[in-house]
Amino acid sequence: MKARVTVTLKSGVLDPQGQAIEGALASLGFAGTRSVRQGKIFDLDLDATDPVSARLAVEQMAKKLLANTVIEDFQIEILGE
Amino acid sequence: MKCAILVFPGLNRDRDMVAALVHLTGHRPQLIWHTETKIPPVDLLIIPGGFSYGDYLRPGAIAARSPILEEVKKHSAAGRLVMGICNGFQILTEAKLLPGTLMRNASLKFVCRKVQLEAVNTNTAFTGAFLPRQPFSCPVAHHDGNYFADSPTLANLHEGDQIAFRYAGDTNPNGSVDNIAGILNRQKNVLGLMPHPENLVEPAHGGTDGARLFHSILEALA
Repeated sequence: MKARVTVTLKSGVLDPQGQAIEGALASLGFAGTRSVRQGKIFDLDLDATDPVSARLAVEQMAKKLLANTVIEDFQIEILGE
Repeated sequence: MKCAILVFPGLNRDRDMVAALVHLTGHRPQLIWHTETKIPPVDLLIIPGGFSYGDYLRPGAIAARSPILEEVKKHSAAGRLVMGICNGFQILTEAKLLPGTLMRNASLKFVCRKVQLEAVNTNTAFTGAFLPRQPFSCPVAHHDGNYFADSPTLANLHEGDQIAFRYAGDTNPNGSVDNIAGILNRQKNVLGLMPHPENLVEPAHGGTDGARLFHSILEALA
């Protein structure tokens, strides 16, 4: 079973890296970008074959390690085999 | 004073800390490798600076979840002193022994220079030898020292008198909220600090302002 965890900064948390990327896009001539927020993606390959237990396991992984819930939110996608 | 230094792979300020402690206390601290299963009942446990596990995932994140941290939590729960400097501070926040987190510097640059600090709460085992709001010099060397906590957490920190050190004047090198450089837990026996007082303790370092942190601890334990 494959799963993807997307970790993003909570709204309101300053993202200097996102701001630098936003500035770089503007200097490359890409007009009209209102804001950029940088995040992380984790692609997991799991032994689990059942999507419900896979989601439960991945949720624990995200809470315990993959995301720092002080500043980050996470989303889980179960992608099947 | 009995002192131990916890060492993870990738830390690189452990020897600086040994040199400072030998110079200031006359005692050689015990080094504890992260695979040890017990922490001896020393007066002060230090997690030094560096880049544990290459700062992979987030600075301090991997070290904070290693089994020895359960022993650090027991050490702290027993009321003994714990001090995390730089990466050690990041490890203590990732382990939830201290609130908030350290984010990438607002400038996105690694900063390595001397800044001015001031002690805020001078009524603790780590700060007793400092004069309140009296600026002193201290080196910083970090890429992720931008202290952040949400407003309820910050309000709690202020209400609990848990701000140990602030960047003084306009020397905040990293964008930390409220110029915070170092914080304490509620019980005041755990300190996290981004700057490196251990690197300013003898004239050859260019000053001795950092020694006052160690003098505070020595006086508190005397």
